[in-house]
Amino acid sequence: MDWTALSLSLKLAAWTVAILLPVSMLMGRFLAYRSFAGKGLVEALVMLPLVLPPTVFGFYLLVAFGRNSPIGAFWQASFGHQLVFTFEGLVLASVIFNLPFAIQPAQRGFEAIPVEVREAASCCGMSPLRSLYKVELPLAWPGLMTAMVLTFAHTLGEFGIVLMVGGSIPGETRTIAIAIYDRVQGFDDRSAAIMSAVLVAISLVTIALTYWLSARVGRRLS
Amino acid sequence: MRMSITRRSVVAAFAAIALSATQLSAQNQAPVVAAASDLQFAVAEIAEAFKVETGKEVRLSMGSTGNFARQIREGAPFQIFMAADEKFIAELHRDGFTRNEGDLYAIGRIVVKVPTGSMLMADGSLESLRKALAEGKITRFAIANPDHAPYGMRAREALIHAGLWEPLQPFLVLGENVSQAAQFALSGNAEGGIIAYSLALSPDLAVKGSHDLIPADWHNPLRQRMVLLKNAGPVAEAFYDYMQSASARQIMERYGFVLPNE
Repeated sequence: MDWTALSLSLKLAAWTVAILLPVSMLMGRFLAYRSFAGKGLVEALVMLPLVLPPTVFGFYLLVAFGRNSPIGAFWQASFGHQLVFTFEGLVLASVIFNLPFAIQPAQRGFEAIPVEVREAASCCGMSPLRSLYKVELPLAWPGLMTAMVLTFAHTLGEFGIVLMVGGSIPGETRTIAIAIYDRVQGFDDRSAAIMSAVLVAISLVTIALTYWLSARVGRRLS
Repeated sequence: MRMSITRRSVVAAFAAIALSATQLSAQNQAPVVAAASDLQFAVAEIAEAFKVETGKEVRLSMGSTGNFARQIREGAPFQIFMAADEKFIAELHRDGFTRNEGDLYAIGRIVVKVPTGSMLMADGSLESLRKALAEGKITRFAIANPDHAPYGMRAREALIHAGLWEPLQPFLVLGENVSQAAQFALSGNAEGGIIAYSLALSPDLAVKGSHDLIPADWHNPLRQRMVLLKNAGPVAEAFYDYMQSASARQIMERYGFVLPNE
């Protein structure tokens, strides 16, 4: 059992969730309430990582983050080290490839709030910020929760993109999914089987926990 | 009220994960060695012996030589590169990625490997393969990808030498590296494959079938060279030297590598 890889995967997933929670809240709410020219295009762009093969997406990210790209060069100049083959590079890639998993359910969550409820809040003199905190977030919470759990679970399982952008550096970019692949390559079926089982268990617990939580929230709200 | 407790515990759980992972990264300063897949078992053993003898650790990353060469060009932070083909080292050296031209550390061999119960015979002359092909009894035959994996390139050369490359085309299954090719060859879904002698000799694989050496003059020699990269530190240097020590050479010999003369 490669605990380093597991802990690295959990850390990557936690960072991705932490960054995507505010992003999905803002973007999901914006896409749910506003209609504007080119909205379809924005929604399509958000969904793109879902349909692109991970290796294609990973290849683009590798090129986009590489030291010859503007992003890579900016990163090198700002932080004194490169972006690809580092944990930071993985986090950035992970944030991008999880966009559909985070924003879509969040958007659905906000869309489910009847417009009358928001109007009532505003008629009662609630500021938009207060309305967001007191009225919208509690109602959109199941959507946001789903978004975060999907992001978390998806990050644990992602393989192609992580391999492309991260290489397989123990303790830095070798996540549990890649460690499993490496073990299979090394004919160490036993370790691969144990690690796979642990990964399945964690994913299952994460998802079960969400259902349990959203059921509780559902009861409280009704 | 109860909700806020659950919410708090979720936050606390994430914080704990982030914290434990930061502590973890502090201990991961050991240099990373990028090693060709045919070294899978040999180098793991050498790294273990190195740790016992010196108390120092290296981290191993196994993969195809071609992939590693590309990753090094993109800036991958490896400190030692152990290639399966010296051509890749020469190119990296020419373009200024390595400290020097490195050292030859081994000459690899290829074998035909067939799983237990296969209708193929493990014979290095490839006569059994030729016969099975003629009789239409081959469904899948595994080699490493000859586009970027040195063992795949040598397998292709050997098959061309035997005149089997063209007829075998529809049945080839390509591994991303030689280790994956071995995986395919032994999966039970292929009649066999051409893989590294060093892998065939490992205890894990030896029990899963039989193998036979392909004549060394059927293909270009697998001259395996290693090199220190520009960012190599003292531990990487020590491991590089250790690779040339008697104990490491003994392990390499056990895995069927021909060693360069002192």
